[in-house]
Amino acid sequence: MTLSALRVAIIVFPGSNCDRDMMVAIEQLTSRRPALVWHKEASLDAADLVIIPGGFSFGDYLRCGALAGRSPIMNAVLDHAARGGAVMGICNGFQVLTETGMVPGVLIRNAELKFACRNVGLQVCETLASPFTSELATNKNLILPIAHNEGNYFAEPDELDQLEGEGQVAFRYTDSSAIGPPNPNGAARDIAGVISSNGRVIGMMPHPERAMSDLHGGNDGAYFLLKSLEALVS
Amino acid sequence: MQAIVNVILKDGVLDPQGRAISHSLNDLGFNEVSDVRVGKQILLEIDENDPARLRQRVARMCETLLANTVIEDYSIVVANEK
Repeated sequence: MTLSALRVAIIVFPGSNCDRDMMVAIEQLTSRRPALVWHKEASLDAADLVIIPGGFSFGDYLRCGALAGRSPIMNAVLDHAARGGAVMGICNGFQVLTETGMVPGVLIRNAELKFACRNVGLQVCETLASPFTSELATNKNLILPIAHNEGNYFAEPDELDQLEGEGQVAFRYTDSSAIGPPNPNGAARDIAGVISSNGRVIGMMPHPERAMSDLHGGNDGAYFLLKSLEALVS
Repeated sequence: MQAIVNVILKDGVLDPQGRAISHSLNDLGFNEVSDVRVGKQILLEIDENDPARLRQRVARMCETLLANTVIEDYSIVVANEK
């Protein structure tokens, strides 16, 4: 399969605001425009990758991602994941994935109570087999932008031990040339992204679709997305 | 009938909002305040006359949507329950 044959679906909720950016980013890499799927849809056409984009779905009412996580389309996304389908959740999409239990943990209010909007350094961690990390160089450092108020990753200590032991931590905040402290939000053990126990679902706070060219101030988002897409077609 | 759901972060989960409020209260001279936890209250009007059944349904609502039981505890008060 070639990259242009890859079927990508991006779920759109009321309040999603990175759906179109992600569509443009994926099309830039694959030459094929992803499908935008409205959250009221009850079914999903066959997809090789489903992306839950960033934004403020349902105005972050109740809890970030809580209402989106129970939208009609999410049953189809859960079915897709249960069949081993690949799912990527970015920022609010990560929050949605934790609310559905597709990835472990919860994202709570940033420790400093401030909206964090800047570049961060990320370390690529050694993980279990996953299309989202298999083609990345382990320990490579990336610079990607974040923009969130609730990115403080939380799980019980024994669950964190288990995630680390099983290789489910994909990215950690790390010291870099990005301005500001390495950990921008108080996340437990500097965790910026996690993958599911089967490796097919990733949730991450940083926005790869906002680092696609020098005009964005960096290409590391394009690197991450391209490597993920290449792993999915191979 | 009316049900009141109180949702609060579990012990051990950092509550940055509560911590900020605690600091402000201390700054205002309320030095006896040592800890603040912030939760939310959800009032539900429900077409149901049996308090036991109501409580059971509301518990289901809490488990499926109203609380994230990874980090939150909930309690249910049924108004006028005998």
